Amino acid sequence: MFGLERKDTTLFLVVIAMTMLAPFLLNPFPQGSAMAQFNAGYPDLMQRFVIFGIFAIGFNILFGLTGYLSFGHAAFLGVGSYAAVWMFKLLSYNIVPALILSVIVASLFALVIGYVSLRRSGIYFSILTLAFAQMSFALAYSVFTPLTNGETGLQVYTSDPQYLLGNGPNVTHLFGLEMRSTTTLHLGNWSFDFGVGYYFCAIIMLISFYVAIRIFRSPFGMMLRAIKSNQTRMNYTGLNKRPYTLAAFVISGMYAGLAGGLLACMDPLAGAERMQWTASGEVVIMTILGGAGTLIGPILGAGFIKYFENIFSKINDGVLHSWFSWLPDGIENFVVKVLAPFFGEGWSLSMGLMFMLVVIFLPGGLVEGGRRIGAMFGRGKADPAPAPKPAE
Amino acid sequence: MGILEVKGVNKRFGGLQALGNVNLSVQEGSVHAIIGPNGAGKSTLLNVLVGKLIPDSGSVMFDGQSVLGRKPYEINQMGISRVFQTPEIFGDLTVMENVLIPCFAKRDGSFRMHALESVRHEKAIFEQAEAMLDDVGMLDKRGMHAASMSRGDKRRLEMAMCLVQEPRLLLLDEPTAGMARADTENTILLLKDIRTKRGITMAIIEHDMNVVFSLADRITVLAQGTPLVEDIPENIKGHPKVREAYLGEAQV
Repeated sequence: MFGLERKDTTLFLVVIAMTMLAPFLLNPFPQGSAMAQFNAGYPDLMQRFVIFGIFAIGFNILFGLTGYLSFGHAAFLGVGSYAAVWMFKLLSYNIVPALILSVIVASLFALVIGYVSLRRSGIYFSILTLAFAQMSFALAYSVFTPLTNGETGLQVYTSDPQYLLGNGPNVTHLFGLEMRSTTTLHLGNWSFDFGVGYYFCAIIMLISFYVAIRIFRSPFGMMLRAIKSNQTRMNYTGLNKRPYTLAAFVISGMYAGLAGGLLACMDPLAGAERMQWTASGEVVIMTILGGAGTLIGPILGAGFIKYFENIFSKINDGVLHSWFSWLPDGIENFVVKVLAPFFGEGWSLSMGLMFMLVVIFLPGGLVEGGRRIGAMFGRGKADPAPAPKPAE
Repeated sequence: MGILEVKGVNKRFGGLQALGNVNLSVQEGSVHAIIGPNGAGKSTLLNVLVGKLIPDSGSVMFDGQSVLGRKPYEINQMGISRVFQTPEIFGDLTVMENVLIPCFAKRDGSFRMHALESVRHEKAIFEQAEAMLDDVGMLDKRGMHAASMSRGDKRRLEMAMCLVQEPRLLLLDEPTAGMARADTENTILLLKDIRTKRGITMAIIEHDMNVVFSLADRITVLAQGTPLVEDIPENIKGHPKVREAYLGEAQV
């Protein structure tokens, strides 16, 4: 089906089912129960899951296949957001032209940055991309204020021209279908939200994922893996690695631009912080955590990190106290004190520990973890695929 | 005129004259061995031929075109393939993929953006690669992870990757270096087989004289960066100059 092999078709169908049913799957706990705070099925967060999923899928095409570790992909994300907001300012709140421009601008950016950075490989390539991204961040923050509105961030004002606005809605929409509108389904104590924005992003992610599968299985994808494996042999086989790596770089830049554009479509703002190196590092962590070089890994990694960032960070001291209120007072205070650094604002500490554990014990990421569990129950294949090489 | 013509090539590394006025002519369809003791400049010469090094002076013509200043991938596209001293293969890929890649490189050139087509739908290329693997007796290993194979199999695979491109000239850099006796003999047999079946022009760089005596049509002896003699194998063995420069130094 879809021109894919059986195994890939199955994977694709599973991802389709998961994204379409996400509002149910991510809201397993009834409202008002103690566990309700672990529910992630609200449109805002689900949008982030799939948007950062797109970002990570694209990053994986570069890093997972060619092994070139870019530390500046957030620049393309940020550029995509700025481009989209400019379309809102100049034309209307329709997201189609915004997304198109996001992808085009990001691809041009990636072409220039990639052309220069890909003259080097290994750590020098990473440093070059990092430098470019930090430069973009600094420029967006100060010098290019007329374009980016500096530290305030770019947003749409009523005084903006919006030449095509007419009588159209005053919020982001797809030919009249407002991104913000949500339908809520109440079932007993449960309530499920279906947001237009989420489903739009989910469909875009599914298309992106499909394209990524095709790239992985194409001769082009095979060449990219060959580059990671042995550049000398590549060269002496009559293949020029430069256009291959540049194409992979631009494709992954376009994915990042698309993700940035979608972020702006869900909330028409763009700030320079989206380009900062922490954002570039985040996508690296997502990809490695999920499993670099695997198809599904980046999506899992993105979901995992965004879940942690949004759910764990909500668990503050008050919540912890309520969890352990059954303990005697002194012990309760002690336990909360010990746990507090790992929750609430300290979520990144638990995240970091988890990342370390995965990198040390599961070099293939969550996907390898799943494979090992599958093998334990005898469902796994007799010959587990070799673990991907650690990051270079 | 040979298919490969090397004329007056000089290469100097600081104070060391690695190649001094090297002339060499490889005839189409022949097997030409370049032998010499350690440090004779064999590897330097090879690196000049594949575009890794640019000589200080002289010319290297392949089929009437200069190879100097061209990148290794461009030289490969001209029809020169290279086998390395330590097999260079795509270790992370399967044996089949290792052979598919040169097939694509031969058909599509140094770059083609075929990102949405499926490898599996390339029937002709698959058949070509399968036939090649069958030829070198590795079809049963097609799904294997290339890095996990024995040294001898890696050499065989690398040879298959070069041959499947139907090169007009195959360069071999000490193809049996560091090999066990059995592997060495297998490799010699494989080379003889290639020679009789395909008639591919070969230039072999070799330290071990015994490897090339039964294989080569002509032998050039290199010593201290300069060709000493060039002749048929029978005449090389007893040549006094060669004995002095080579055989006398170490009985290999």
